[in-house]
Amino acid sequence: MANAAEGAAVKGGFRAWLNKRLPVDEFMQSQLLGYYAPKNFNVWYFFGSLALVVFVIQIVTGIFLTMNYKPGELTAFDSVEYIMREVEWGWLIRYMHSTGASFFFVVVYLHMYRALMYGSYKAPRELLWLIGMCLYLALMAEAFFGYVLPWGNMSFWGAQVIVNLFGTIPGIGPGLVEWIRGDYGIADSTLNRFFALHVAALPLALLLLIVLHLVALRQTGSNNPDGIEIKAKLGANGKPLDGIPFHPYYTLKDIVGIGVFLVAFAIVVFFVPTFGGLFLEAPNFTPANALSTPEHIAPVWYFTPYYAILRAVPDQRLGALLMGLSVLVYLFLPWLDRSPVKSVRYRGWIWKLALTVFTVSFLALMYLGLQPAEGRYVMLARIFTACYFAFFVLMPFYTRIDPVKPVPERVTHHA
Amino acid sequence: MTEISATDDLEIDQSRRRFLTAATVATGAVGAAFAITPFIKSWNPSERARALGAPVEVDVAKIDPGQMVVTSWRKQAIYVVHRTPEMVATLPQNDARLKDPTSADSDQPPYAKNEMRSLKPEYLVLIGICTHLGCLPKQHFERGDAALGADWPGGFFCPCHGSKFDMAGRVMDGSPASVNLRIPPYHFDGDTLTIGVDPQAQKGVA
Repeated sequence: MANAAEGAAVKGGFRAWLNKRLPVDEFMQSQLLGYYAPKNFNVWYFFGSLALVVFVIQIVTGIFLTMNYKPGELTAFDSVEYIMREVEWGWLIRYMHSTGASFFFVVVYLHMYRALMYGSYKAPRELLWLIGMCLYLALMAEAFFGYVLPWGNMSFWGAQVIVNLFGTIPGIGPGLVEWIRGDYGIADSTLNRFFALHVAALPLALLLLIVLHLVALRQTGSNNPDGIEIKAKLGANGKPLDGIPFHPYYTLKDIVGIGVFLVAFAIVVFFVPTFGGLFLEAPNFTPANALSTPEHIAPVWYFTPYYAILRAVPDQRLGALLMGLSVLVYLFLPWLDRSPVKSVRYRGWIWKLALTVFTVSFLALMYLGLQPAEGRYVMLARIFTACYFAFFVLMPFYTRIDPVKPVPERVTHHA
Repeated sequence: MTEISATDDLEIDQSRRRFLTAATVATGAVGAAFAITPFIKSWNPSERARALGAPVEVDVAKIDPGQMVVTSWRKQAIYVVHRTPEMVATLPQNDARLKDPTSADSDQPPYAKNEMRSLKPEYLVLIGICTHLGCLPKQHFERGDAALGADWPGGFFCPCHGSKFDMAGRVMDGSPASVNLRIPPYHFDGDTLTIGVDPQAQKGVA
């Protein structure tokens, strides 16, 4: 009797001791066991947790690459080759990192498309969407800086083109470009500062934004495929009737998703790491050369929709401006969409048509950005650029007249 | 003997408090602006980068008519073209197809702001960096070049985004670039071309 009480006291004692100093139980209770997420999540709800998984892969492989990579215009290219050929398992770590970059964008694009389909950016989740967009912008910068580091010829000329975009800003442009490069051309100084931004500044920014994104998500709760606020219908326990505890239900579901994801990831890493030139481009296997532009410059696939828009415009400043707008326009989505309904399930034919036009335009621009800027490719890029912007610019009008369907009170269940 | 408690009827001068807060924030902002300056300035070209931007020399006697040599000044490709008399003679015919035939909106030293865009008609000296987004335009000097159509007047074509320039580096209609290729400061000393120095001020770096 005395012994048992003593044992309990010791056990409870440590837990109590710990929780008095670090709120472990409280955190588990509020964030995992007591956090109720909608019970009707479908396959589209895997990509948030998968983005987190890719982030961890990139951080871990990135740290190990840094141990052998040497920034500097004379050493960078050779050190990447050294990693690939001479460092034990270096090729695997490097391929995981390069494949991870592309997979990051695959899951982030699907994650964003989910938000578009189910209206997850609409009130009360505007800020969640804006923080997510900041994450996307930071990720684009991170990917661009990382792409420059191997110092292949495509790295060099990609950096040249992207940095020169800032030169189109009236007045301060040329000085700004020189300041970004730290030299009269893309040079050693440019490579070194991009390295610093890639391995320190932006990962920290990404980490901070991820924390903010999750805190904002916990505040509003997840949206769901029906676009219904589950907090509106509470059960006797004060928890949403249509919600289930995040742990163990969704933690286990996400682990299954991670398993499937890792299979796909491993297939690419081991069998098609260059992915036919889409993930790693052939011209980047030759060292940077300031006196030789590759025959055909195309960015990595995840930037090509915007790149196609840039090339579609026959005016330099307008082209750069439209390219910038094509990325930033997503920020305004919560206020452009005037529909009373969130989910595509209960929207009318006008929205469904608009979403289809947008989807086709985005994918077509992605393809066209990989093609040379000639003849019919330019013409098609112009047409799809117009469609792309029409989706956003006309949104306040067509979402208001869209014949929406009644939204059910409780989430639907498809067994 | 006086004890201050929440119930004491202390008069808080809100406007004074606001003024002090604003003054503190303003002082802090000025301090932050000064503190951030070294970090911003550290991104400018270093002394070494500036020193390496010294002028370069090219012997133009070694360039045959119709040929081009590429050199490098300040990390930028410099094209030096020895134009044939035919190339020079046909330049005025292009005017109707150019965005900026008189180079009014383009960037060049005053002594190159003419029809030929050069000091000497036969030698064209260009910064070989596309004014669109910085790729290197390729030489397509042959008139009616197969890849560029029968009406191609000869010039430069940028493979990145399809900008076209004539034999004076002037941008043609339908190009994403908006201004002519830039011209660096340069001068001749007999057959020696010096890039980076104006003819008037031969002692100082431009």
